[in-house]
Amino acid sequence: MHINLTLLVQMLAFAALIWFTMKFVWPMILGPMQERERRIAQGLAAADRGEEELKQARAGAESIVREARERAGAIIDQAQRRGNEIIEQARAAASQEGQRVLNAAQQQIELEATQAREQLRRQIGEIAVAAASKLLEREIDPRAHEALIDQLAAQI
Amino acid sequence: MAASDSARIGEYVTEHLTYLTNKPQTSLINFTVINYDTVFFSVLLAALFAGSFYWVARRASAGAAGGAPRGFQSFVELIVEWVDSQVKDVFHGSSRLIAPLALTIFCWVYLFNCMDLIPVDLLPDIAKGMGIPHLKVVPSTDLNVVFGLSLTVFILTIFYSFKMKGALGFLAELTLQPFTSKNVFVQALFVPVNFLLESVTQIARPLSLALRLFGNIFAGEMIFVLLALLTLVHGYAALETFSGWGLAIMQLVLTFAWEVFHLLIITIQAFIFMVLTVVYLAMAHEHH
Repeated sequence: MHINLTLLVQMLAFAALIWFTMKFVWPMILGPMQERERRIAQGLAAADRGEEELKQARAGAESIVREARERAGAIIDQAQRRGNEIIEQARAAASQEGQRVLNAAQQQIELEATQAREQLRRQIGEIAVAAASKLLEREIDPRAHEALIDQLAAQI
Repeated sequence: MAASDSARIGEYVTEHLTYLTNKPQTSLINFTVINYDTVFFSVLLAALFAGSFYWVARRASAGAAGGAPRGFQSFVELIVEWVDSQVKDVFHGSSRLIAPLALTIFCWVYLFNCMDLIPVDLLPDIAKGMGIPHLKVVPSTDLNVVFGLSLTVFILTIFYSFKMKGALGFLAELTLQPFTSKNVFVQALFVPVNFLLESVTQIARPLSLALRLFGNIFAGEMIFVLLALLTLVHGYAALETFSGWGLAIMQLVLTFAWEVFHLLIITIQAFIFMVLTVVYLAMAHEHH
């Protein structure tokens, strides 16, 4: 239990040790630690940011896909509608055309029937006249039957 | 117990209280005497601390570009970070000194105290074998060491008080509180009282700081010495009797138990020394 020179030696050694720690140990350990801490924090922040971006991108992609799907549906609807329209139009055009062809054919038929009837009438008249003239060649008096023939010809 | 036995016990205990000095010291204070053993072990432990931490510091700086810390480096970084957080809890200003000082104190005092865990007779007996008559291995059981630490801290406290507050500010802090008055004359009367109180406060700090550490570690060492006394007198001859075996086992168990408990004490004492140092220096930095 004595105080002696050891006290002063101890104080000097302590001062030297403090100086050494202050100069070489503390900053050289804490500096890199803080640097590492900063880098880890940066890395974590970057990871967070990346995750956030990924989430956003995923949401964006989803919305794009949804939009595309909607648009595809719309296009298909439109195409179907358009197809139906075209089919309707074609059907209408075809029935119109058919009607027209039918009408033309009927007109043709009527025309030809009229012509045939006309022709027939004329031939009947001629035949009648020829038959009458053959019948009357012998016993008819052209004068007496003149009026009758005329009447006949007018009738035909 | 025979008279020769008690004489041997007295001799044994005295031996554990005697330093290796250049010459016998008779007066309480004599600055021509030096304790070689204390200086040797404290400087050795300082070198151990400085060397190992410097090695880590160089590795940490070299590996700053990338690379995780491993092994001892992680351990050192753990201590450094812990000390840093302890300092930041107490001291909010910026100081290049306080945190390294705290680290130095904690590690050095802890290493001092750790010497207490080495079996009490191991190093002194080895020294005796080498022809060295006395060896005290625990630096923190030397008053010179604990006062060396606390006085250095005290000087730093005074220095920073002057530096941060100026001579007048520091003087005002010593004389104008704790008693204050709006009346100038009453305040003048308070000045000597305040100065007395503040001086006691200031001087009590290094005293308590040193003696707390000294007392705890010295008492711890004395317990180990006393436990060693259990089997001291009979030596190996004790193992020829049943009670001798009982004493030996008792010494073993008690020493182990005390080592475990002491492990806690030496850590806590190193921690307290560090925290109080930081607190005192923080108070020196603060303005009142």
